[in-house]
Amino acid sequence: MLSVGSDARRIKGFWRSQRWLLLRRLSQLGVLVLFLAGPLAGVWLIKGNLSSSLLLETIPLSDPFIALQVLASGHQPETNLLIGIAVVALFYLLLGGRVFCSWVCPINPVTDLAAWCSRKLGIRRRVAISRHTRFWILALCVVMPLLLGMVVWELVNPVSQFHRGLIFSMGSGWLLVLALFLFDLFVLPRGWCGHLCPQGACYSLLGHQSLLRVRASGRERCYDCLDCYAVCPEPQVIKPALKGAGGDLITSSQCTNCGRCIDICSVDVFAYGTRPATSMEKQP
Amino acid sequence: MNPSASNKPTSRRQFLADSARGVCGAGALGVGLGILAGQARSHAPEALRPPGALPEESFLGSCVRCGLCVRDCPFDTLKLATLTDPVANGTPFFTARDVPCEMCDDIPCVAACPTGALDHGLDNIDDARMGLAVLIDRETCLNVLGLRCDVCYRVCPLLDEAITLELERNTRTGHHALFIPTVHSDACTGCGKCEQACVLDVAAIKVLPRPLAKGELGHHYRLGWEEKAANNGESLIPEQLKLPVRRPGGEQ
Repeated sequence: MLSVGSDARRIKGFWRSQRWLLLRRLSQLGVLVLFLAGPLAGVWLIKGNLSSSLLLETIPLSDPFIALQVLASGHQPETNLLIGIAVVALFYLLLGGRVFCSWVCPINPVTDLAAWCSRKLGIRRRVAISRHTRFWILALCVVMPLLLGMVVWELVNPVSQFHRGLIFSMGSGWLLVLALFLFDLFVLPRGWCGHLCPQGACYSLLGHQSLLRVRASGRERCYDCLDCYAVCPEPQVIKPALKGAGGDLITSSQCTNCGRCIDICSVDVFAYGTRPATSMEKQP
Repeated sequence: MNPSASNKPTSRRQFLADSARGVCGAGALGVGLGILAGQARSHAPEALRPPGALPEESFLGSCVRCGLCVRDCPFDTLKLATLTDPVANGTPFFTARDVPCEMCDDIPCVAACPTGALDHGLDNIDDARMGLAVLIDRETCLNVLGLRCDVCYRVCPLLDEAITLELERNTRTGHHALFIPTVHSDACTGCGKCEQACVLDVAAIKVLPRPLAKGELGHHYRLGWEEKAANNGESLIPEQLKLPVRRPGGEQ
């Protein structure tokens, strides 16, 4: 059996069959380098961490999910936090909320590695958890601060604590990341990012009507190799656009806009596109 | 999400079962998180919050753990807690015995805080209340033993206000004085300079979170001498009070 992506590699060459993946890794690394340039080299372009930061000593940036927990706990924040939320929210509102997940989040390379390992090793798993679980956990993350008056999810949130650990000090935080990796590898494929993470769920709600979307514009060329389903972190989003009766736009906000399907397709079915779908393309 | 995309629309029974599963799963997780939250609320006494920090309960609801206070602290006093530190994961704290607060005049940590978890109303560092120094071990304190160490008194940024030396008679020698370091809670900011400077292997004076260090009078208490001073020196009750004289045997 040919391995996933071998067609694309043969036909499109190294660069065009991994372009978005490499750019994505560059973006993830770039975010880390920007944050680390301060403490390591004294170049303070951005200060803080992904939870909240200050860009060029002037522009505040704040994670809407974490700020949401603060607001739910009943605290009246300073204006800086509110401006920070607005800036970040606007960005993801346009580009697709889960662009955070695939282009920024430091956990993504870890879970991508787990998915790659399990594909290479052919690990089969039987656990099934609904992909809607993350929305229930998101609800929990908002309800608990309402009841307890304190931010609860941030005591354990692997996403923010991993980034904070890389920028400040990790301590025993590695254990949590290792646990996620093993969970994704042996228990549930795409378990964390695709099923449980409430931060991703929050971003997916945020980018519900985002401008930037992936489009299966060349879907008549599809020859059912299934490579896109194999590499997609949220494979359920592909089918309506690729095989559905409606338009070719991937409308589900669970799509992370990672562009891996664009890379992996040897006949270039997918491409980045924009909303709004024309009336002809609208899915019923 | 899109019913027409799938050939089998979810049945009501299926929907209810899925929802029940989601609610129960999240609920179970919530119980675990609740236990963690309870533990996070019990503030470890050796970890002090930065100046201007809201009371611990509110602090845990307002801090986003961004570390901007840590970055703007010029003395690397503040640290962000990791998973196993004694305070809530990611929140800023300092350990007085290692690196105390240097009490900067411009309070950069407070200015940096984007949420107000460090209260921006704090404009004079002398008004900060990070904790309260307590001479916790009188058996090892050199001054209490009758020697003249005085280090905690000397390093205090609020010299002769937050810590004074109170004279007591040295009953061991009979003709010397003891200079007892005495902390005054109305002036002590809890910066921790005294704890850090204490010359003992383990400090005899320690900074504790205020709720741990301070007692509180019953609110019905009235101190007679203060009431009297407020009443132009007059007693609140008549000076002569007729008390019944009781003698054994019931005779009056």
